[in-house]
Amino acid sequence: MAVRKTSVPVKSETVIRGRGITVGFGERKILENLDIDVYRGEILGIVGASGTGKSVLLRTILGLQAKTAGSVEILGQPYDDAEPAIRAKIDQRLGVLFQQGALFSSLSVLQNVEFPIREHLKLSPRLMEELARLKIDLVGLAPEAADRLPSELSGGMIKRASLARALALDPDIVFLDEPTSGLDPIGAAEFDALIATLRDTLGLTVFMVTHDLDSLYTVCDRIAVLGDRHVLIEGTIKDMLAFDHPWVQKYFRGARARRLEEQA
Amino acid sequence: MVVAAEAAAHLEASDSDGQLRLVPRGEWTLASASALEGEIEKAVAKAERSVTVDLSDVDHIDTAGGWLITRLEREIGAKGVAVTVEGGSDNVMRLLAALKDAERELPPRKKRQSVVVELLEGIGRGMYGAVSDAEAGLNILGGVAVGFLKALVNPSRFRITSVVFHIDRAGLRAVPIISLMSLLIGAIIAQQSAFQLRPFGAEVYVVDLVGVLVLRELGVLLTAIMIAGRSGSAFTAEIGSMKMREEIDALDVIGLDVNEVLVLPRILALVIALPLLTVVADFAALVGGGLVSWFYVGLPPSAFIMRLRDAVYVSTFWVGIIKAPFMALIIGIIAATEGFRVQGSAESLGARTTSSVVKAIFMVIVVDGLFAIYFSAVSY
Repeated sequence: MAVRKTSVPVKSETVIRGRGITVGFGERKILENLDIDVYRGEILGIVGASGTGKSVLLRTILGLQAKTAGSVEILGQPYDDAEPAIRAKIDQRLGVLFQQGALFSSLSVLQNVEFPIREHLKLSPRLMEELARLKIDLVGLAPEAADRLPSELSGGMIKRASLARALALDPDIVFLDEPTSGLDPIGAAEFDALIATLRDTLGLTVFMVTHDLDSLYTVCDRIAVLGDRHVLIEGTIKDMLAFDHPWVQKYFRGARARRLEEQA
Repeated sequence: MVVAAEAAAHLEASDSDGQLRLVPRGEWTLASASALEGEIEKAVAKAERSVTVDLSDVDHIDTAGGWLITRLEREIGAKGVAVTVEGGSDNVMRLLAALKDAERELPPRKKRQSVVVELLEGIGRGMYGAVSDAEAGLNILGGVAVGFLKALVNPSRFRITSVVFHIDRAGLRAVPIISLMSLLIGAIIAQQSAFQLRPFGAEVYVVDLVGVLVLRELGVLLTAIMIAGRSGSAFTAEIGSMKMREEIDALDVIGLDVNEVLVLPRILALVIALPLLTVVADFAALVGGGLVSWFYVGLPPSAFIMRLRDAVYVSTFWVGIIKAPFMALIIGIIAATEGFRVQGSAESLGARTTSSVVKAIFMVIVVDGLFAIYFSAVSY
């Protein structure tokens, strides 16, 4: 994440470049020869029917899922076959919000957020706690929530706490796996607004896997649709509506989608 | 990312007749936050009349750097000195505006209580825990007993498949390790007692010692301890992780009795398997003792068996076996009680599993002692 005094929104800077990604479980291929680009400062939404490999793609980019072919570059450096030391350096510039939050269950929210800072940097305890509390505040959690354990949090609070941990090291790129699933519409809208605000103030790049049409309409700059083991189409909402593919038409032209379109 | 030769982050201070001008330079990021924190403190100490923070020369700023500037502003402000922040790009000013609303002060830390109070609190909690342990255990025992009676009245409610599955897992699959362990224990007892009895020329009493000790006490005790470690821990972990994933709640709302579905088959399986395993253990230990008597003492198997017939009665065997179902019940109840106590965290699953095994082994030994007192009182 960077607010550079010289920064001009340059769309040409690719922060994630995936080429020819192929992933299979046994005989069954989930992704085949998939290309994807993510540009600095954008919010990219990944959609697709259940089982088309959205989460697999996210996990593959992060190197959590083995791929049979292809390459991944993050922040201009090869990531998938990088030396562990280089990879660890890149990892510090990434933040991930897992679908279930994946907060460490035996640590409080504050300790969860402090954890990456504590492990990677030598800061005074005061500064570390201030920064962690700042992140907790930024994601819209009440200060009292900091001392609670993950098992004592509601679903929405878990998502927020997890986002605070993902932001702990001031990453350049955050990966969100269904950030608004399981939230009520108001909570989901707040979360979307939060992500947009963070992008604007911190200059984040966001890679978001989602099923939420509201998110796609309101915060995503660009959308990529997965299907048939690759990216069917990428572009803005307008491109989606114009694209002639049965699933894409059904998804973006369904009853729920039409309501949003009328509002838009 | 464009990487120019970036200067190390620092805070430049220039003083002109009481007017302090602070110019942050370089990379104000998390990586340099530690060094900058000290410079901020120095700058705060120097602030006397009015302060201007000029952000026009900072290369790069993130939330950590933004926070440090916010902190600088707040601390100088707290001294009653006027402070202005200027010169930042739109993005930087927007970041600072977002940070300004953030919480101002760290909440006070909890005070530590005195050692005496903590000790007393610990004892109190321990006592309370012991009582609630007993209560929870009795609750489950009651639930299982009711489930069992219901199943007796209506045999179609018996979860036969589940019981057989658990007998296989907790019983049959434990046969090799139980046999091996008991064989070795029998052999060791025989060898040790032969060594001690040799000076008295009473080596033949090895058979009495091994026979009585193994059949009455050791066979069942060691089997119960092994099962508490092997199956008790598994039951606690299974029930505990089902509790964590709300599977227990799901059973509840589907209208099933958790004790009947999860606990009864497991306890029933243990109650059936443990006596059978004890028989296996008894035999294996006698074989171990017999082998040592043969090779170490020179007592052939036929003589060993003849001697054994005189030394032990059928009652000796029953004294051991009768204890097995009770021990199985204790292991099962404790395992289930601890399993239901698991909270949300991975740590609590580990703690509960440990305490399940420790409590089960302890209670098994206590109950064995109670039985020993009882049998000697009735001279059985």
